[in-house]
Amino acid sequence: MDLRFTPEEIALRDEVRAFCKTAQPESIRRKLILGQHLAREDYVTWQRILDAKGWGAPHWPREWGGKGWSAVQLYIFNEELQRAPALLPDLHNTGQVGPVIIAFGTEKQKRRFLPRIRNLDYWFCQGFSEPGAGSDLASLKTSAVRDGDDYVVNGEKTWTTYAHMADWMFALVRTDPTAKKQKGISYLLIDLKTPGVTIRPIITMGGVHRINEVFLDNVRVPVENRIGEDNRGWEYAKYLMGNSRTNVVRLGLARAHVERAKQLATHVMVNGTPLSENERFREKLAAVEIELKAIEITIMRIVAERMKNPGYQQDPKSSILKLKASELHQIATEILLEVAGPLAMPAQPEFLELETDLSIGPGWAASAAPTYFMNRSWTIAGGSSEIQRNIIAKRILGL
Amino acid sequence: MDFDLSEEQRLLKESIDRLMRDRYGFEQRKVYARQPDGWSRELWRQYADLGLLGLPFDPQYGGFGGGPVETMILMEAFGKALVLDPYFATVILAGGCIRIAGSEAQKTALLPKIAEGKLLGAFAHSERDSRYDLADVQTTARKDGAGWVLDGEKTVVIHGDCADKLIVSARVSGGPRDEDGIGLFVVDGKAAGVSRKGYPTQDSLRAADIALKGVKIAAGDVLGEPGKAYAHIERVAQSAIASLCAEAVGGMQEMLDITVEYLKTRQQFGVPIGSFQALQHRAVDMLVATEQARSMAMFAAMMIDEKDPVERSKAISACKVHIGKSARYVGQQSIQLHGAIGMTQEYKVGHYFIRSTMIEMLFGDTDHHLAALAKAGGLIAPASAA
Ligand SMILES: Cc1cc2nc3c(=O)[nH]c(=O)nc-3n(C[C@H](O)[C@H](O)[C@H](O)COP(=O)(O)OP(=O)(O)OC[C@H]3O[C@@H](n4cnc5c(N)ncnc54)[C@H](O)[C@@H]3O)c2cc1C
Repeated sequence: MDLRFTPEEIALRDEVRAFCKTAQPESIRRKLILGQHLAREDYVTWQRILDAKGWGAPHWPREWGGKGWSAVQLYIFNEELQRAPALLPDLHNTGQVGPVIIAFGTEKQKRRFLPRIRNLDYWFCQGFSEPGAGSDLASLKTSAVRDGDDYVVNGEKTWTTYAHMADWMFALVRTDPTAKKQKGISYLLIDLKTPGVTIRPIITMGGVHRINEVFLDNVRVPVENRIGEDNRGWEYAKYLMGNSRTNVVRLGLARAHVERAKQLATHVMVNGTPLSENERFREKLAAVEIELKAIEITIMRIVAERMKNPGYQQDPKSSILKLKASELHQIATEILLEVAGPLAMPAQPEFLELETDLSIGPGWAASAAPTYFMNRSWTIAGGSSEIQRNIIAKRILGL
Repeated sequence: MDFDLSEEQRLLKESIDRLMRDRYGFEQRKVYARQPDGWSRELWRQYADLGLLGLPFDPQYGGFGGGPVETMILMEAFGKALVLDPYFATVILAGGCIRIAGSEAQKTALLPKIAEGKLLGAFAHSERDSRYDLADVQTTARKDGAGWVLDGEKTVVIHGDCADKLIVSARVSGGPRDEDGIGLFVVDGKAAGVSRKGYPTQDSLRAADIALKGVKIAAGDVLGEPGKAYAHIERVAQSAIASLCAEAVGGMQEMLDITVEYLKTRQQFGVPIGSFQALQHRAVDMLVATEQARSMAMFAAMMIDEKDPVERSKAISACKVHIGKSARYVGQQSIQLHGAIGMTQEYKVGHYFIRSTMIEMLFGDTDHHLAALAKAGGLIAPASAA
């Protein structure tokens, strides 16, 4: 047993670290540090830089332009990007729809979509949730009725992240309304430029536009854009859920927030001494750092176990990670907010949207509150904490 | 990165687990607790035969040559079985003092005896007002010719009642809480001037208050340089904490398992209580706390040999904090989820709860170590200014 990285693992870490330093445009790095909002071009630019290096989708098999990396290598890669900070290859694209196409797509679908997903020529958003189908996703109602070589799709998807930036949506739709609810669902790739698609913004706390409603009104989707077989979409969607959770953990981000809070606290004065010297503050941070250390090792334990059984698989232990890490994400942004204190009070969406260079007060404080607000979603989206607890109770504890 | 046990470690784990299963059931444990020492001398001999009493010692001193991972394996199994024996006092503490601070001659004279099961030890360090401050030593050591004379009182010396040799800390020079000026002395349990008052602790282990009045010590019974023992004491405390973390994890796992089993069998309102979501989620949080604690016990084992003393001490404090918090959570919930039966002395789970409560008080509680870690700057360095 040895919890340290091997020399090869350290070499990879150093390579990724050096690459981020030299290859990432300074303008993107600055926005990430200040918590300003990134434009579509920022995501695309960086994804293409990564892809040119061969790191656009490193967890994919080599055949499709991946590196075929192990779980440990992938973990190191992800951590280093977050610590830079740099953007990760987008979760919904290389993380979700890509692996599903690799596993269940036709040869033709693979050739068409995979290279374009890898460099974000096609940006996919995830169309799963509906107004009536959240945690109980299988109760979804959006219908797809076969008409010749097309499906005609009608319904409403909601909470759809970045639908307004996306070209495509991978969606779960009901193709057999008579079957048991999980059995009548199919997995479609929908071109968002198709007539009948309407996207409306949903503004979240702090005036942020990230999520959307997507209305589908007699949208014609060619049958060739269905993944796998009719009525088996639920299996395909589930396949990547347990699997993607280790990737969604993104602990490096929480860690980076803590590092940043500690640095900023040296500039914030409390009764004439830096906040960083305050005993209460230090203890509070130390407690968070301990939890982070523990989850870091727990992640590596689960990753190492997974290495023994390569390939995608559902692992209920990943729910432990999702549960714990999402809480830590929230706590880390809470602490950043507390460091900013009253400096976080001015609402300045123009600065965050880069419509102005000038911030009221220090630039770093402008995003503290909106980031904290946004991060409440960590314990809701992608399977809420309560749902994770249900999964663990059933699948690990047998309750 | 590698979380697997080596073949040797796996075999060690199997043989300890088997021994505990065969010889340390809950009912057998009650029998051991009623013996004169409060534990089983017969089983102690078996530990010796299996090489467990010399687990962390080098083979040249009759030891097994095991490292922190071997100790972790053993202590976790002991934690699961709620072992009463003076292993922690003899091997981890007294053995640790000798191993870390002793001369070649002292190691050769004492460690093989411990390994053979012929010598019991204890670490007489804590005093009435020292609480968790390792440097707070008021017992004095006065030079007397080539030797020393000890005077003072030690309190809650774990298994100090049965120890053949006590490792006593005493102040050679300096003020009451100075790190400098502390010595470690090997004192025979029956030496003139030593009086011991043994008693049970809450967790059915044993301890003693020990008075030292003009106890004469030969020059050859000082461990290391007199006055310079603090660093050694710190290291012993750190390996003690690592082993307590592993023991606590064994106990937490057991509390979790017992509780989950109970949730599946206890019926109320015509259904197993484990079908209530409120209780399911509580059990999940116990599982998460236990797994997180297990990670930290591994971290402790890994950091025991860390060369950088600051990193080492920060890491060990972090582990003690985590274990303290999570064991408290798991312990309290395991009682709560049982209802009244969990409160009874007859039932197993309370005994784990008690032991984990005592573990929190050994070598610094959660608040103590959190303050120490915070003061030292935490585990994560601030971002560089940008
Ligand atoms: C910022 C953000 C981005 C999102 N992006 C996307 C996206 O891109 N694509 C997409 O498809 N979806 C997206 N979602 C939707 C997300 O997946 C859902 O919010 C999530 O599945 C929860 O569903 P819900 O919001 O309808 O809550 P509900 O399911 O209505 O839950 C409400 C509350 O009840 C609890 N609850 C529900 N069922 C149970 C149960 N069985 N036991 C105990 N408690 C229960 C929940 O934990 C929660 O606390 C996003 C959400 C957010 C916040």
